[in-house]
Amino acid sequence: MKYKFNVSQLYLFLNGTQGRTMNQLDLQNFEINQLLESIYFRYGYDFRNYARASLERKVIKRVALSGLSSVTEMNQKVLYEPEFFNLFLKDMSVTVTEMFRDPYVFKKIRQQVCSHLKTYSRINIWHAGCATGEEAYSIAVLLAEEDLLKRSRIYATDYNNHSLEIAKKGSYAIDKIAPYAQNYLEAGGQTCLSDYYQVHQQTISFHSSLQDHITFANHNLMKDQVFAQMHLIMCRNVLIYFNNALQERVVGLFKDSLVHRGFLVLGEKESLEFNAHGKAFEEFGKNERIYRKKSDL
Amino acid sequence: MNAFIEKKATYKALVVGVSAGGLKALCSILPKLPVGFPVSVIVVQHRKHMAGDYLIEYLAKRCQLAVQLALPSQPITPGSIYIAPTGYHLLVERNATFSLSIDARVNYSIPAIDVLFESAAICYQHQLIGLILTGANHDGSLGLKTVKKYHGLTLVQSPDSAEYPEMPDAAIAATQVDHILPLSQIASFLTRLLMGDDHG
Repeated sequence: MKYKFNVSQLYLFLNGTQGRTMNQLDLQNFEINQLLESIYFRYGYDFRNYARASLERKVIKRVALSGLSSVTEMNQKVLYEPEFFNLFLKDMSVTVTEMFRDPYVFKKIRQQVCSHLKTYSRINIWHAGCATGEEAYSIAVLLAEEDLLKRSRIYATDYNNHSLEIAKKGSYAIDKIAPYAQNYLEAGGQTCLSDYYQVHQQTISFHSSLQDHITFANHNLMKDQVFAQMHLIMCRNVLIYFNNALQERVVGLFKDSLVHRGFLVLGEKESLEFNAHGKAFEEFGKNERIYRKKSDL
Repeated sequence: MNAFIEKKATYKALVVGVSAGGLKALCSILPKLPVGFPVSVIVVQHRKHMAGDYLIEYLAKRCQLAVQLALPSQPITPGSIYIAPTGYHLLVERNATFSLSIDARVNYSIPAIDVLFESAAICYQHQLIGLILTGANHDGSLGLKTVKKYHGLTLVQSPDSAEYPEMPDAAIAATQVDHILPLSQIASFLTRLLMGDDHG
């Protein structure tokens, strides 16, 4: 008998011998791997260690929105059109964030972490993965009310310049404010959130007295290093996007950046339980996911 | 074609999407699933993000199967019921572990049924069962369509047995679903399908 295969049939045949058949989803996975390699090669952003399902969703959505026929076509555009890549980077930065999300966490910081921060003459806070800045302003408000803001510097960083531009402006749509104000009160707010911003038509802008203490800067947790010694690091709902390898890198950075007995705050569904650096921390607030760096032995 | 797949497939997971009227609907299905139920059950129930989440506790008291919150990196095991946490999208990775995201709302919802269903369809393909229950919006209809696209089994609560028929109606309009079932028969349908005629 004489077999006659073209290359793709041969590929299917070989896959078949391994007990699986190549289907559309296997192909899509392969194409996405190539896309991530291209992005890393061309722009240095390493999404290869991102949790895949949410990333895949965004890629497929971008393919559809831009009227492309496949991920491979998107790959080509990413390689040759930086503007198109920026569009995708914007897709990657869309998150649902709010002020004082999980108010009980901010309440715990106010009631139990601030008393430790008070012992420092200068307080450095790193808000890693600040996105559009809502939480950075939240922590600034909290520090102001605890009379700590004047000796604090908040470094709010993100890899995404588009998000940082929004964060730097400190202006948000007014229709979002009502739930923020509610969260603020539940977090132990002492006055009214409106004391901290001005209203211009449909937006609110936070006072420059808060902004003066926040440095918004580009920092990429995927590849950049420690840049200062920190007393408190907030990194909430960022690790959920990373695979285990990248989570370990990032927690390692935090460990190196924190002062002796410094604090680390994670998102409510994140933990250090399975992290290689977890042993360097002790639980300070279990429900609030607040950790404290142990004494160096 | 469908009969063939139903008979041949060994299902691995059941994804359930439910919104308004959900507590009652879930309580007439989940407690009836017997010990030894051979697939993982993953539920998105739309609800507000807040500190105390009593749904898990409430269902755990009533179910024979273990009920737990779906958490990141957790392997998904058969015979367990996983509930999506509030304030996050719940996704299934290709290696059958959970991940969470706080990406933009989908159909005004986080967690969104579409997000769970579409990611689970990619992971489990023909080994997935999708089930849409009562709700007053359209979430889940695209997700169920994706389940169908990858040859999973698609089930919808019959709109006339739903407290809020809009979500079942939307799912039925979007997809040629395999079975439309009254609420009272869903648990027995599932146990018969997955465990044989002795059950259900």
